Amino acid sequence: MSDKIDSLIRRKISRRAALVGLSAGASFIAMPWVARAADDTIRIGFPTPLTGPYAAEAKDQVKSAELAVKLVNDKGGVAGRKVELLVRDGKLNGGEAATRTLELIEKDKVHAVVGALSSAVQLAVNEVTRARGVIYVSISQSDTINEVKDFSKYTFHEALNPHMTTAAVARHAIKKGNKVAHLVADYAYGHEMLRGFKRALTTIGAESVGELLHPIGAPDYSTLMPRLRAMKPDVLCISNFGRDQANSIKQAADFGMKQQMKIVVPVLLHNQRLAVGPEVFEGVVGGANYYWELEQQLPSAKAFNDAFRAANGGAIPTDYGAYGFTGISSLLLAMQAAGGPDTDKVVAALEGLKYDVAKGAQHYRKCDHQSVQSVLVLESKKKADMKSANDFFKIVENEKPSEDVLRSCKELGFPA
Amino acid sequence: MDAELILIQLFSGVALGAILVITALGLSIIFGMLGVVNFAHGALFMVGAYGGLWVASLTGSFWWGLLVAPIMIGLFGMIIEWLLVRPLYGRSVDDPLLLTFGLSYVLVEAVRIVFGNDGIPFPTPSQLTGVANLGIGYFPIYRLFVIVVVAVVLLLLWLALEKTKFGLIVRAGARDPTIMRVLGVNISKVWLLVFGVGVGLAALGGVLAGPMRTVNPEMGSLVLIEAFVVTVIGGLGSLLGSVVAGLLVGIAISMTALFAPELGTIVMFALMALILLVRPRGLFGKTA
Repeated sequence: MSDKIDSLIRRKISRRAALVGLSAGASFIAMPWVARAADDTIRIGFPTPLTGPYAAEAKDQVKSAELAVKLVNDKGGVAGRKVELLVRDGKLNGGEAATRTLELIEKDKVHAVVGALSSAVQLAVNEVTRARGVIYVSISQSDTINEVKDFSKYTFHEALNPHMTTAAVARHAIKKGNKVAHLVADYAYGHEMLRGFKRALTTIGAESVGELLHPIGAPDYSTLMPRLRAMKPDVLCISNFGRDQANSIKQAADFGMKQQMKIVVPVLLHNQRLAVGPEVFEGVVGGANYYWELEQQLPSAKAFNDAFRAANGGAIPTDYGAYGFTGISSLLLAMQAAGGPDTDKVVAALEGLKYDVAKGAQHYRKCDHQSVQSVLVLESKKKADMKSANDFFKIVENEKPSEDVLRSCKELGFPA
Repeated sequence: MDAELILIQLFSGVALGAILVITALGLSIIFGMLGVVNFAHGALFMVGAYGGLWVASLTGSFWWGLLVAPIMIGLFGMIIEWLLVRPLYGRSVDDPLLLTFGLSYVLVEAVRIVFGNDGIPFPTPSQLTGVANLGIGYFPIYRLFVIVVVAVVLLLLWLALEKTKFGLIVRAGARDPTIMRVLGVNISKVWLLVFGVGVGLAALGGVLAGPMRTVNPEMGSLVLIEAFVVTVIGGLGSLLGSVVAGLLVGIAISMTALFAPELGTIVMFALMALILLVRPRGLFGKTA
């Protein structure tokens, strides 16, 4: 009796496995027409840290990425082929994200990878994609990925980089002669932002008076406040990300630091402002790749916001969320131009692409594949000045896209 | 480095230690009395913060949140004990550990469904905003308030455990439940209450932490680790140990911040390793 049941179960599982294999277009099925039908889908891998301190930003990236894919599919896909987004949780861990990426490439046979939300994790993902010759569009900040050491012809960086972000923020928030203290998350992102700020300070003629590093994901910053205060700075630059930003700014405000100094961050995060309220963030200045109120100036921003609102119950897209849209859209536009997902053709198409899908004109610089784009500088509004529930920030500056704000190809190590 | 900075750093350490004590207390009590390693401790801390926020927004007062949420969640803890943990008494320690581990996932996911994944602002009560000048430096009034609350809670716990008949039963029950049963004491009721108090303390920690940190579904994960480190350093099951260890860890983190703040998390584990080398059962752990 139990033998019968066993064999029944076994048969059921093997049949299900075969079905899964079929739908995945696995090659061992001897039905070429089925395999080709499944192969017709263009698959894009999307590793992002759905769990951990950057979860809020990651979830927004997924929403925006799904929207980009949906809009293309609604218009008949890329070269007549449907596009599919495969989202995986990288857990904000380089090893984990690299493993997921490897699976996406080897098992799911993705045609390209977009994503990763951490300067350290994207380098791990890039290691995997460039070794296998798969296109990778990175959508989180990094300077290192531009440099010749980590570059490959398959590597594209759609996000802003710390160099251009900190320079723009410093130009508008820090004055000549200012004394600046730094609170920095102790990993690649923090280090790169610190380096960027210091370089910008030298240009401006401001002085760095000290820097404190903190472990990534730290919930309490109280023990760092006395030393930061003792540095007597005019400006406190807080270079961290996700919930760390909310916690550190909140605690700096609790310790009365804002009465003595101005708080400046490299990227001002919508979700973190949401998480702690207007009083805490009031007056904080920071950079951004996108802010929804751009819709008052740009038709592409309006179109992106409207599509996002329609797909997400009236919600507006956020800064890091928008990267999901611009990153995926640039890739799909290039695939469209290349007539399909052929890697070499898509690389050439990306290099020649000029696009405006949400935030004005963008293009990839030839030497390092960095997306040349506008940089926003925002200031957090006080509650009384907010005109709507999502009216968080004032656009202090919208720096036009220019290759001049990037480090030169030569400085990055590329042959002239 | 001037003396004033060292003094304020020392004080910051004590204040941080007070927060660590309150986060570890619930874990320590439940383990000490029941021998159950409550892996849902961090999740219950998080649920406490959300509960406090919810009650505060309903009543418009932080104080109701601070008072009602821990009691509510403590009662919820009693239901957990009665429904889930009780059948596992007498089995290996792994069973309740795995159960509470699973429970923590359920709680985090439930909060995600109800309140969303984004953080929610938990404003500092208006009476307690601002900073106080301590002479050696400035310190948020709210954090001073937290130190007072922790001191009061510790005093009440000590009185309840050491000076009441009920406390006597709890302590005796922790040593030898069989004898207590033979003497006609309904030990199940005692354990039910102890579990409830432990969970309520976790929730109280969460409500108190709310205005200092952002409230989000994952805020308990690091708290669980911190609570464990404090409990282990103090000696599993020792209330006094938890208090001393909490303060010690707080001061260690704060003093590390004077020269290498990036080691703030690691120093906690280093201290634990060091103490376990010298005293394998922790500072106040009972010998076998």
